[in-house]
Amino acid sequence: MESLHELHGRRGRIITDQDAREISRVEELSYDLKISEVMTSNVKTVSPEMPMNTVLEILRVNRISGVPVLENDQLAGILSIEDLVRCMEKNELHLPVRQYMSQKIVSVNAYDPVVKAIETFSKERKGRLPVIDEAGKLVGIITKGDITRGILNALQRDYHEEELRRYRASHLFEDITSDRTSLILRYNIKARDYLNGGQASSHIKRALLRLGATPQLARQCGIAIYEAEMNLIIHTTNGGIIRVQIEPHRILMQTTDDGPGIEDVQKALTPGWSTASQEVRDMGFGAGMGLVNIQRCVDRMELESTPGKGTKLVMEIILRPEERFKETDDSESAP
Amino acid sequence: MNVQQLVEVVEGTVLNPQVSLKHELKGGCGADLMSDVLASVKPDAVLLTGLCNIQVVRTAQMADVRAIVFVRGKKPPADTIALATQEGIPLITSPFGMFELCGRLYQAGLHSLEDPVSN
Repeated sequence: MESLHELHGRRGRIITDQDAREISRVEELSYDLKISEVMTSNVKTVSPEMPMNTVLEILRVNRISGVPVLENDQLAGILSIEDLVRCMEKNELHLPVRQYMSQKIVSVNAYDPVVKAIETFSKERKGRLPVIDEAGKLVGIITKGDITRGILNALQRDYHEEELRRYRASHLFEDITSDRTSLILRYNIKARDYLNGGQASSHIKRALLRLGATPQLARQCGIAIYEAEMNLIIHTTNGGIIRVQIEPHRILMQTTDDGPGIEDVQKALTPGWSTASQEVRDMGFGAGMGLVNIQRCVDRMELESTPGKGTKLVMEIILRPEERFKETDDSESAP
Repeated sequence: MNVQQLVEVVEGTVLNPQVSLKHELKGGCGADLMSDVLASVKPDAVLLTGLCNIQVVRTAQMADVRAIVFVRGKKPPADTIALATQEGIPLITSPFGMFELCGRLYQAGLHSLEDPVSN
């Protein structure tokens, strides 16, 4: 995807992470998209016996710069505008196509990925490549323009939805004016629901990214809340609730449950101390590192528990100035 | 090294080939304790593990792990593969054991992305 890098370079700005992500998505697309999805399939063709001046007319009327030559439904050659120029120089427009067409045909397969065509273009210095199907029959023609168009269309399809979501979400705090705006997410977590364990955390991480959180902040919150979510699933009697309060300057995450409660909170905070069953340990959890992990990810963690009543875990992350969600200007003086 | 190149080094099979293998890997980690992964791994790592349950994928997602290699030819159940595909995380199964895999990848230039516990 040389041309895209050049494009960015020429615009004279530094390639941001966002650009880099898009470039690599373009590369991915060049593997994902099939040649058949981007080629022009309604192809004008000519026959070897057709006089050159008829071809001239076909190229002119259709505003194209080359055509495949078909003989008995088989690809026999390619005639490009350069061939036509050579012919005109010699004043031989009455001669048949056969005399001027190029018989050295480089074609690509319709079922190959677009990257195959990109490679062929850079190797062969051709302006267009005929596309053939499994049976070797001509099914289309592909130019660099077709590839650019195809990839741009796919990118647009691809990005439109997620970008729209991100755009809408990232302006949430800017669009709403109040003395103190916060967004609250709640999730009900079922006890022993190992299969869905982590789903709420996954939603929370995605929400933060859409709101414009830095990847590092989203990761920090994700890890902390995931450990807390697993604790609800593993240890509680009736499951519990996750509540995440997102404010421009901080994120407050909280889990609550109604039992069984922790006998010795100090012990629970000791690295390696665990009451988890073998079943839970077999899943890779219950090594007594969860709360320790959470502590490392957040600025403040508070664990309150009453045996027989329940447990409340509070986790707070204060956002650094560069991490803060954008607010409206006039609310910046608010506490 | 990107995921595609890793697949060759570990002589592995990709279990969800519809996912992109172009992600660049900055290093690796080997663990069966998911809390260890969550505690110690820096972003953009490959995770080598003997665990096959769905939490491996969730853990990878939270810790920004970019690929998971299952050791000794283990194959995760269908729901694990389905979640990984949905989240865009390539799953690879390799015939080699954890020790051999760490050695191969280290030799191929992939270093540890694990932090010591004290950090």
